[in-house]
Amino acid sequence: MTQEPRGRPLSRRAALALPALVLPALGRTSPALAQQGESPRRGGILTFAVAAEPPTYDLHATGTFAVMHRVAPHYSTLLRYEPGNYPNIVGDVAQNWTVAEDRLTYTFKLHPNIKFHDGTALTSEDVKASYDRMRAPPEGVVSNRQPSFAQIATIETPDPLTVAFRMKEVDASIMDTFASPWNSIFSAARLRADPNFPARNIMGSGPFRFVEHVAGSHWVGERFDGYFREGKPYLDGYRAITMSPAAMVNALSGRQIMAEFRGFTPNERDRIVRALGQDARVQESSWMLHMILTFNCERKPFNDPRVRRALSLAIDRWGGSQSLSKISQLGQVGGLVRPGSEWSATPKEMEQWPGYGRDMAANRAEAKRLLKEAGAENLSFTLMDRNHQPYVTAGIFMIDQWRQIGVKAEHQQVELSAWYAAQNSGNFEAFVDSFTQFSDDPTNVLVKYISYDRAEVAVARATDRELDRLFDEQARTIDGEQRKKLVRQFEARALDQAYAVPILWWQRIVVMNQQVRGWSMAPTHMIYQDLGDVWIAA
Amino acid sequence: MLRYAARRIALMVPTLLGVALLTFFMLRVVPGDIVEVKLRSDGAQVTQEMIDSERARLGLDRPLVVQFGDWMRGLVTLDLGTSMWTGRPVAQEIGIRLGLTMQVAFMAAVIAVLIAVPLGTISALWRDTWLDYAVRIFTMAGLAVPSFWLGMLVILGLLSVFHWSPPVTYTPFWRSPLENISQLIWPALAVGYRYAAVVARMVRSSVIEVMREDYIRTARAKGVFERLVVARHAMRNAMLPAITVVGLEFAFLIGGLVVTEQVFNLNGIGRLFVEAVSRSDFVLVQALVMLLAVVFVTMNLLIDMLYGVLDPRVRHG
Repeated sequence: MTQEPRGRPLSRRAALALPALVLPALGRTSPALAQQGESPRRGGILTFAVAAEPPTYDLHATGTFAVMHRVAPHYSTLLRYEPGNYPNIVGDVAQNWTVAEDRLTYTFKLHPNIKFHDGTALTSEDVKASYDRMRAPPEGVVSNRQPSFAQIATIETPDPLTVAFRMKEVDASIMDTFASPWNSIFSAARLRADPNFPARNIMGSGPFRFVEHVAGSHWVGERFDGYFREGKPYLDGYRAITMSPAAMVNALSGRQIMAEFRGFTPNERDRIVRALGQDARVQESSWMLHMILTFNCERKPFNDPRVRRALSLAIDRWGGSQSLSKISQLGQVGGLVRPGSEWSATPKEMEQWPGYGRDMAANRAEAKRLLKEAGAENLSFTLMDRNHQPYVTAGIFMIDQWRQIGVKAEHQQVELSAWYAAQNSGNFEAFVDSFTQFSDDPTNVLVKYISYDRAEVAVARATDRELDRLFDEQARTIDGEQRKKLVRQFEARALDQAYAVPILWWQRIVVMNQQVRGWSMAPTHMIYQDLGDVWIAA
Repeated sequence: MLRYAARRIALMVPTLLGVALLTFFMLRVVPGDIVEVKLRSDGAQVTQEMIDSERARLGLDRPLVVQFGDWMRGLVTLDLGTSMWTGRPVAQEIGIRLGLTMQVAFMAAVIAVLIAVPLGTISALWRDTWLDYAVRIFTMAGLAVPSFWLGMLVILGLLSVFHWSPPVTYTPFWRSPLENISQLIWPALAVGYRYAAVVARMVRSSVIEVMREDYIRTARAKGVFERLVVARHAMRNAMLPAITVVGLEFAFLIGGLVVTEQVFNLNGIGRLFVEAVSRSDFVLVQALVMLLAVVFVTMNLLIDMLYGVLDPRVRHG
């Protein structure tokens, strides 16, 4: 079968995702609609803020936005999410592609005129070298993408513009995996000379060339005139400035920067809007990022499902969502997949899960009964948390909820490094965790909830072969409806066992100067950051 | 004087060695692993093998004694090592930020001295008058108001009144003096106010004490003009404790502007320190602690030398 990436009608997935994107919570105008009929203007430097310093320049080796927001404009990927039309997938360096009937071979035809920033041509060899580096990194190279590409058997390059991926087995999420913004394509020649070249050097085929990085201060990119998309990019360049969230609000209000692409709190949004007035543009959506209450299932009494379920039952998620969404980045109630996405349960379905019913008196009575039955009536434990918002808000909220069923929790707030150390060593009783991905695909998301011996990110340290079975089955199921049913079964099982349970999903609030045009809002802060379509209005 | 200086410099060595030893081993006790922070951020899926391999690459799997030995060898040859977070030389990481921090500290010190010396002297000479009360209220407010909070007020004030906020990236003075000053004057003022309050109170109490000395009475009895009594006899002696405070506060500012740097988005040593600690970048934290220790002991040495210049009893004692 052949897929034509361009000019396709709106896919079912895109249509399902649209309400989250174009019907912002505050009823603000969608930027996509506001920008209709405008002609992009060439020129200008986009100045935006990034809240953290990059630990590396290598997109294969990291998962942080601190790298993505600075580095993405320098690179191309094989596929990408269509700007303004998430989650529709289109080609980036791939001009078109075919998928074998058995779904075990994916063949991509590349654009013929793509050049790296050093003037050399981008060919199928570069795609192969980059994907080989991700799936089987040479010694000394870190690849965070290795688990995602475990199902690729071989990569073949029959000619300079064709690359074929042969799979070990059917993988329903593979197109999303190919469209991952982390799969930057590096030059095969540079990788041959030094497999770790991308860790400290930038040389891609994206819309912008690298100019300089002053540690702790800024990152500069300039237009690459040899970019393969005609007439793009529109900007002369960009300047990403490192700054704390508090400084961002002032800088955006004082017009020292034009944007920040991760997200603000409602309070910060209001402050910027007050300062900028008509010059502020607010875009809001749900966020592929959720707060999780994770128990250490190897420790008593959290090895007892009744205790875990009781603690989940005591949390008033619907009430919490209403109040906390006004003061923090916490937003919607959801299951294990993003609410509003194609894969998510409806509110009615959610209400059937333990801890999601709206009758809190009944929930709390049941929680007390379960604790009594488990012999944990006077339960007291330590809730580990990050010393960072909105983690602290979530922690305080839960402790208050548990107080109402007679459970005492001490709130231990620690630095990021100590938080990770506790997760890795298992030196915790319960902690406030979070999880984000670049796409809603269930394989990407549910991995957080499978057995610990299958995935290190499943830090509840539980073993549940039924969840593993459901996970594997949905990963192989191509039929959307069937896959959705498996996801529902997975959610029901996971929330009943409550090794780790979602608290609330985050809301993404992006505020920028209205001069910034062409940028697409998405329910993830990891995509649409190559800035190739962005322009600055007069 | 030379022997005095040599003795003081020799004393710096065991002090710095003690700091190095404590810093190195205390950091290893604190929970946290830079590799976890680096690789696991934002939901990245990493295996234990990847973590172990990166730890090995950074040398974190070697015995502590070997790591300490390597670090000490580096210190002796002025090689501070490589940041485990960025992979860049630590000297480069510090060098980028030191200029800005030194400039803010210097500007704050100048502002503090310009405000504190006249105010402290006036307050002492016109003790218990309305002038004294006004200066004391001003200085007490300076001590009570945190610099970062004053900084926030300054930024909000600029935003509300002028719809403008200071530049967010550092421009060296020689490249654009106006741009440089328009960014750094605000934090310097915010920090300088507290600094001035500390120094002014010290100047006031020293001037009051000196004005009671016998040699002041003698000078007055000899008919020396009051202005000359103050300028020539009182101030020179009253400045000794004030110099100590100015010096120590200056040293403090090199690493102590943590929150102020966040508020004004200054890419300085304080912010680097906080980031290094939160990421458990041991190599960088060690180097920064050593830098601050060197600044403090050097500043102490300079103060002592200055004492020697100003007070002959010190250098001949």
